[in-house]
Amino acid sequence: MSLAVTTQIICFSVLSLVIIVGALGVVLLESIVYSAFLLGGVFMSVAGLYLLLNASFVAAAQVLVYVGAVNVLIIFAIMLVNKKEDMKPIENLKSRRIISTSICLTLISLLIRVDLSNVWGLSDPNKSIGEESTIRIGEHLFSDYLLPFEVASVLLLMAMIGAIVLARRDVMNKDISTGLPVDQELLEKSNEPLLVKKLK
Amino acid sequence: MNLESIPLQAFLIVSSILFCIGIWGLLNSRNAVRVLMSIELMLNAVNINLMSFSSYIDNNLIQGQVFTIFVITVAAAEAAVGLAILLSLYRNRVTVDMESFNLLKW
Repeated sequence: MSLAVTTQIICFSVLSLVIIVGALGVVLLESIVYSAFLLGGVFMSVAGLYLLLNASFVAAAQVLVYVGAVNVLIIFAIMLVNKKEDMKPIENLKSRRIISTSICLTLISLLIRVDLSNVWGLSDPNKSIGEESTIRIGEHLFSDYLLPFEVASVLLLMAMIGAIVLARRDVMNKDISTGLPVDQELLEKSNEPLLVKKLK
Repeated sequence: MNLESIPLQAFLIVSSILFCIGIWGLLNSRNAVRVLMSIELMLNAVNINLMSFSSYIDNNLIQGQVFTIFVITVAAAEAAVGLAILLSLYRNRVTVDMESFNLLKW
């Protein structure tokens, strides 16, 4: 895939604009549902940047994992915990905002200064493997990155078990380690419907 | 593809801005779901950085792309566990306000 120079620049600017505006929307918008859908847009544009960088496999993984799994998970979580609640006002909110914003602005100026002032040792673009990157990733995963690859599968298994244990609703009758019956209050609490409005 | 048309610095600046927006959201959100979204934004910024370095500086071995694959894996696991923790927190406290999760505050 070889795009003309102008097309590349146009694609890059549109994608970066969508990323930055979308990220600002994720952070600043009042409604959390809009934020979640904007987050999906940001993930898609990041996948577009990966395509510009000649990494089709990682772009596909980004779309599958982030848009397909993480974003859907976030939307489901919003659906489960979406309750209109009036948050208590916190004192000295203004000074908090000022401090955090100034920290972020300082960090961003430092990062941009490093980006622009450092002399990057760019490699020869003629040696680029370009479209064969998927093959090269496969070689890496099954030779020098074999151990991290296997450890990642263990990590995913642990995350799956942990998520099930943390999020399930039924509480066991007996404590697993001691065999004694557990606190009945917890059992009753587990039968409480989650989504109905609580009566005071 | 000839990448000389877009300088490396452009990618780095985009990722820096995205990272700082993520930090701002992490510090200032009161909804716990939004905090998780900000973490995802920061992870994506790091991924853009790794990918651009792998195409511009290490374009023959592309180890950065392998790193990105691992970061995506860990991010997926993190999101699943984080949202499960959030659900059980919501079950115990019936709120998602970050200011009310102060059990570990001294």
